[in-house]
Amino acid sequence: MATLSLRDVKKRFGKTEVIHGVNIDIEEGEFIVIVGPSGCGKSTLLRMVAGLETVTSGEIAIDGARVNEKEPMDRDIAMVFQNYALYPHMSVFDNMAYGLKIAGTPKGEIAERVEQAADLLQIRDFLARKPRELSGGQRQRVAMGRAIVRKPAVFLFDEPLSNLDAKLRVQMRLEIRQLQRELGVTSLYVTHDQVEAMTMADRMIVMNAGHADQIGAPLEVYSNPATEFVAGFIGSPPTNFFEAGGRGRIGVRPEHLSIVEGAGAGQLGATVANAEPLGAETLVHVRLENGSLLTVRQDGAAPIPAEGTGIGLAWDGRHEMRFG
Amino acid sequence: MTGRDALAAETPPVKAPGADHDGMVERRGAGLWLTHLGLIVGLLFIFFPIWLAFVASTISQPEIARPPMPLLPGDQFIENYTRALTSGINAPVALMLGNSLVMALGIAFGKIAISLLSAFAIVYFRFPGRQLFFWLIFLTLMLPVEVRIVPTYEVVAGFGMLNSYSGLIFPLIASATATFLFRQFFMTVPDELAEAARVDGARPMRFFFDILLPMSRTNIAALFVILFIYGWNQYLWPLLITTDPSMNTIVMGIKQMFPSGDDIADWPVIMATSILAMIPPVIVVVGMQRLFIRGLVESEK
Repeated sequence: MATLSLRDVKKRFGKTEVIHGVNIDIEEGEFIVIVGPSGCGKSTLLRMVAGLETVTSGEIAIDGARVNEKEPMDRDIAMVFQNYALYPHMSVFDNMAYGLKIAGTPKGEIAERVEQAADLLQIRDFLARKPRELSGGQRQRVAMGRAIVRKPAVFLFDEPLSNLDAKLRVQMRLEIRQLQRELGVTSLYVTHDQVEAMTMADRMIVMNAGHADQIGAPLEVYSNPATEFVAGFIGSPPTNFFEAGGRGRIGVRPEHLSIVEGAGAGQLGATVANAEPLGAETLVHVRLENGSLLTVRQDGAAPIPAEGTGIGLAWDGRHEMRFG
Repeated sequence: MTGRDALAAETPPVKAPGADHDGMVERRGAGLWLTHLGLIVGLLFIFFPIWLAFVASTISQPEIARPPMPLLPGDQFIENYTRALTSGINAPVALMLGNSLVMALGIAFGKIAISLLSAFAIVYFRFPGRQLFFWLIFLTLMLPVEVRIVPTYEVVAGFGMLNSYSGLIFPLIASATATFLFRQFFMTVPDELAEAARVDGARPMRFFFDILLPMSRTNIAALFVILFIYGWNQYLWPLLITTDPSMNTIVMGIKQMFPSGDDIADWPVIMATSILAMIPPVIVVVGMQRLFIRGLVESEK
């Protein structure tokens, strides 16, 4: 367990600056998710913490000690890669033991720690197999196991679930979170999936084109987004942005919009484009006069207006979001 | 565009033979037998000279000289082969086989070791002149041995390596082809693997030995077979630098056995030597067949 802090961390590739100064102090045992669209620099930031990329300027400190110049192995970190990066010719046991073997851990202790981790991840039966004989989910567990056995100060996850199918992804994300709580290891987790960020994070860093637009707890970020980008990126379906009656551009989340029957009613007139009933809720897509599409999220039991009918949109002024 | 490409582009596409059938595997009855017959005839055609050589190595000199030559093995097998192995003509064949083995193994292992290391350097390290070095290595592909044989001889003679194993092996050890092959293979290894090893604490050479080398084993096996045969079949180079019969290799040794002037050729011994010279490459190919074909066909994920 350790703290991790980034001080004005910047990264330049040649003349292009891709990370424009990120600051954060991460507490012991905290689970931090870095989320953003592809190309926003989130993976680069993680790789800088791992020591796989050099830090152009600023400082990265683990437990208060500057690690900028240290090799990955000397930083007391463990990393789970997107494609798992398991050694194809080694058995699961050897994959998990490799780091310990290099560190010169005694054989008995290696076996003990690998078996402990294997029990925790329920992969004990696969220890003798080769990675290619495992399913995607099992490989994922082995990659986790390889990180766990090292007992590192910080876990780094680089989109670890992006190669799994949707169902397994939901299950693994719960498991990873639970495991991290049990072990209490400070974690940095990169994803492009805002649902993963919302469900897993203690705090999240929303990255946008190399800037950390907002750092905060998921619900705090959701209800008080700092920028229009954050409001649009976090939440699914995304926040609606539109011009409302001379008051400038505002954002309202789909669940805060409601449909009022009859043309001319409500604060804004629109026509129903189509509706997606999902069971528990229905997403109604409506078209404004200027042609832009908005989404309204309503209860599954509420009546679904027919396509092409004119309706009015209403919302509470408290839910309006404005960005400079 | 080269001339060949242009030609290929202009030639109208030819329909693959058997395209209307269900494919070769599915063919039954007469077609199957015809195919086999064709293959067997072809095989006999290829095998016949080797068979003749074998027959000639089991009969006596007068029997060879007096036509027609017999087509069935004679009774001189043990005598001829013993004579070849122990005394030969210029040098005992056993000694030449040993020399060839040392040279072929030395070249195969040396080439593999050097090309693995140079490919490792070129793919995994960023150093000044990296591209330049790669292209310099690549350039040597375009110079056949014969072109640089005189300066190479000069260098080897200068080092006093004539009539020695090091003289036989070292000049042939650098291999652009193998370096290129390993470079291509290393480039298909995901970067994440190298990064995972780095996080696990593996220094570069540890990564090389623990991960890269085991992953390349099928490629190494395939290359070993090719390079062993390449080394075994060297003719011009050993001929140039070994003047001492005890350093002769088998392939050049066979040629040395041929009579000059009015001497009488000892054909049974020469034929026995030829048959003996074929055995080690055959053993290598057959023994490593499975690995060899896997190395050429599939790239391990």
